[in-house]
Amino acid sequence: MKGSRNHHPIVRITHWVNAIALTIMVGSGLRIFNAYPAFARRGETFCCYPFEHKAIPRVFTFGGWLAGARNWHFAMMWVLVINGLIYLGFIYLHGEWRDVVPRKSFPRDAWAMMSYYLFIRKRHPVQGKYNALQRGTYFILPILGILAVISGIAIWKPVELAWLTNLLGGYVWARYWHFLAMVLIVALSMIHIFMVFTVDPYALKSMTIGGYDELKSPEARNARPFYHLFARPDPKMVAELHPALADTGAVRSQKKKPADNQ
Amino acid sequence: MTIDRRKFIIVSGSAVSSALIAACDSRGPKGAQRLLRYAERKNEVVERALLRHTHMDATLAGTHLAGNALPSYYVSKHVPVWNEAQRGKWTLEVSGMVDHPLKLTLDDLQKLPRFTERVNHYCVEGWTAVEQWTGVNFSELARLAGAQPAAHYVDFQSFDDKYHESWDIESAMHPQTVVAYGLDGQMLGPAHGAPARVYSPVKLGYKNTKYLTKIVFMPVANGGYWSDEGYEWYGGT
Repeated sequence: MKGSRNHHPIVRITHWVNAIALTIMVGSGLRIFNAYPAFARRGETFCCYPFEHKAIPRVFTFGGWLAGARNWHFAMMWVLVINGLIYLGFIYLHGEWRDVVPRKSFPRDAWAMMSYYLFIRKRHPVQGKYNALQRGTYFILPILGILAVISGIAIWKPVELAWLTNLLGGYVWARYWHFLAMVLIVALSMIHIFMVFTVDPYALKSMTIGGYDELKSPEARNARPFYHLFARPDPKMVAELHPALADTGAVRSQKKKPADNQ
Repeated sequence: MTIDRRKFIIVSGSAVSSALIAACDSRGPKGAQRLLRYAERKNEVVERALLRHTHMDATLAGTHLAGNALPSYYVSKHVPVWNEAQRGKWTLEVSGMVDHPLKLTLDDLQKLPRFTERVNHYCVEGWTAVEQWTGVNFSELARLAGAQPAAHYVDFQSFDDKYHESWDIESAMHPQTVVAYGLDGQMLGPAHGAPARVYSPVKLGYKNTKYLTKIVFMPVANGGYWSDEGYEWYGGT
């Protein structure tokens, strides 16, 4: 079905492999960073990081000690890269890229979503498989991932691949881009997880065992963070979104016996 | 199959978060260590394939010598200093799979063709420093000693307790690998490995043995101080 929130099994598998690999990469990366939590070359200063020489709290780190973290980081990087290439190759060949590449109407659509979340607009905009803010996020995340990988290679091999390191402004700056890409990926991932649990927890099913009840979509529930989380579909919205379903009386029977209708 | 969504969300959410909390700052599952070592061996293959004797490290314009800001590391309790009264004159022994084993004093080293380079220091911790090293190219010592073709590895040993690190011969023969006795235009001090140390920008700091006493050519690698503790043995840049 067009606009369905169901995901192809390859998308589901690569999503969770990525979630695990990314968590380990971030945790081990922060442990590596803590060995020298600054960017300045020895004997110099660095302009653009306000927390020079302040370590990241240990609970956010993984690997136990520097060597342990490095071993995890340099092993998991292959999982992350290969998994990422499978995902990108798949969505390119299978057409899912159309769901994430922003359209011409992106600024207008994004504003519509923002104003809805800010209670300026009353009704949830109808925007297909993903809303404009999701679209933007899922488009930017792989780009940040590619940046993280390229800057990571540049600081792994600053002599043998010096051309790449120099392209990023040298070792110190390459390390900074690597860190910044991580910060942005973590921030977007946090927002992503927050929105899944507070707006559309039903998406957990479509991203794991598969299947999505379109009557529970954020549009159908007119859901905002924490609002209408477990609400029954709004008949008016369903009539607009899925005229076929509204005609069969699916919405009414759902109201009578919600437990049987899953 | 009927799945209570709320239950599903709670169970899956708490499973993921408790797994994360349990994993935090641990070294990870024991069983994974074999996989990590496997990945390290594969990474070594990649790193060896990337190594070129024509790839040179160069410092960026506008960078300054680290000078006193260069940290000094050693594994002994105190700064290792060669005690002539106790141990006699310091010499550097070049031995193992060589046709002409050498025993060089600091004077001997200084009489050999002098090489000076301004390069980056890449520490495993993530910092870099610009340094200027003066010494003898490793390849020159290998030529003088008549290193045998079957010597695929070389061990750099020290008088800093039992500190040593073995290298692949290709990295050691890189034109920027030097047995250094001078730093930033002065004789090497005790903090940075006096009387002599190995230095190369193609290896991470810990591979560059300070307080050098012996260079041994070998058919196989024999690990190293930090490599045996769990750091990558190859440690290339």
